[in-house]
Amino acid sequence: MMNVESLTVIGGHNKHGDAENIHLRLFAGTVTAVTGPTGSGKSRLLSDIECLAQFDTPTGRGILVNDAPADDRDRFGFDGKLVAQLSQNMNFVTDLTVGEFLAMHAESRRSEEDGLISAVFKCANNLAGEKFTLDTKVTQLSGGQSRALMIADCALMSNSPIVLIDEIENAGVDRRKAIALLTRSEKIVLVSTHDPLLALGADMRIVIKNGGIYRVMETSEEEKNALSEIEMIDALMSEVRGRIRRGERVEYELLRVIQRADTRYFA
Amino acid sequence: MKLITVSGPPSAGKTSVILRLAECLAGRLGVVKFDCLTSFDRETYESAGIPVKVGLSGKFCPDHFYVNNVDGAVEWGIRSGLDYLITESAGLCNRCSPHITGIMGVCVIDCLSGVRTPRKIGPMLRLADVVALTKGDIVSQAEREVFAWNVRQSNERAQIIFINGITGQGAFMLSKATEDARSVNTLSDARLRFTMPTAACAYCTGETRIGEPYQMGMMEKMSYDEYGEDEL
Repeated sequence: MMNVESLTVIGGHNKHGDAENIHLRLFAGTVTAVTGPTGSGKSRLLSDIECLAQFDTPTGRGILVNDAPADDRDRFGFDGKLVAQLSQNMNFVTDLTVGEFLAMHAESRRSEEDGLISAVFKCANNLAGEKFTLDTKVTQLSGGQSRALMIADCALMSNSPIVLIDEIENAGVDRRKAIALLTRSEKIVLVSTHDPLLALGADMRIVIKNGGIYRVMETSEEEKNALSEIEMIDALMSEVRGRIRRGERVEYELLRVIQRADTRYFA
Repeated sequence: MKLITVSGPPSAGKTSVILRLAECLAGRLGVVKFDCLTSFDRETYESAGIPVKVGLSGKFCPDHFYVNNVDGAVEWGIRSGLDYLITESAGLCNRCSPHITGIMGVCVIDCLSGVRTPRKIGPMLRLADVVALTKGDIVSQAEREVFAWNVRQSNERAQIIFINGITGQGAFMLSKATEDARSVNTLSDARLRFTMPTAACAYCTGETRIGEPYQMGMMEKMSYDEYGEDEL
């Protein structure tokens, strides 16, 4: 698989034919959020990237890889492996254990790397709320465990340099750890999301409106600072959720913790 | 008129792939759908404004029925002034292949059918120019990769394209692939890429009774010995 250091999005036009006037470079190891109302055209952007649009798709966008246009041989040459995708709708359908499944994936990559399977396994368990074993059937994993295994596998075993993520929920998997893992693997990560934590945790966000790129916003210092407080609100919500699950009471004291911005409480 | 043969197991998503492809192609596209007993696709195509002919093979072997009627399909397409004609057929026994030498052949398989399925499909996949993989949006990335790898093991040269039959993601690349499809005026003297299965026995002519006395014509008996081969 080729080494992809940068991806350039050259603007086309929106549904009304207005030019996007965009020349945007995304680098390996960075996260870009794609936001916008449902049906605004987020998937279109991801699909332009997937097929390395050369000003020939309905949006008129161009995608450059390492600053160079892609010819037809490049566009067909990757067997769909340039871009890995992760979405909430995905499931494991193969009747194998986690261990067998990872071995099968490693074989398809002709991977000789020792320890790769156990690395993926450990990493997935680290992301998942509840632990699982190598003998668990992949079809019997919970939603969170499945997502954790898919993300770990995508980061460590799949060699696609670009990862497109479509809205991962927080349930049972640590999203921020997951995204950090993907960027550490030097991938170019795009996350289509409505989640403020994921959007503000990204380096940049692309806002889509009427089928076109409406704004490109770098995450500001103020937003980065606000993020830690928003994370606390999120932690409060998980704490409340946890207490209800465990059959415990939700006390007012919990809400006051936020006002005192006492992060140690949740540590 | 460019001719493309599209084949694949039942419910793999052939019709959806063709509809999404039609949205990406400029020019008049028509479809001839070959099916066995019944088909609901006439309405589907008509409501998308696509001219369609449906052929039901009924009591005939569907693949033999196909090859006996595909030349007529081309004549119909030319008469109707089509720019693209697509024949759609299910490769029902995994032994057959509707692909024709010199004519672009597309095989559609869905990722839900299991990662090893590509190894079980015969010439329909092995001799295809393009393999369109559907329903990849609902299985894991790892399974998609293993699936594509298994396709590659069966067919070294085909273009492999993931297509989402609902959103149309990937259909654009299929439309680019069809730029290579050859234009034809007739299929007279064209050749199938792979032979049809032999079928000239008592059961072909309506025999329903089971047992040696009724078995006549071209046939092959399995060996049930301990060390017998279980495949031909």
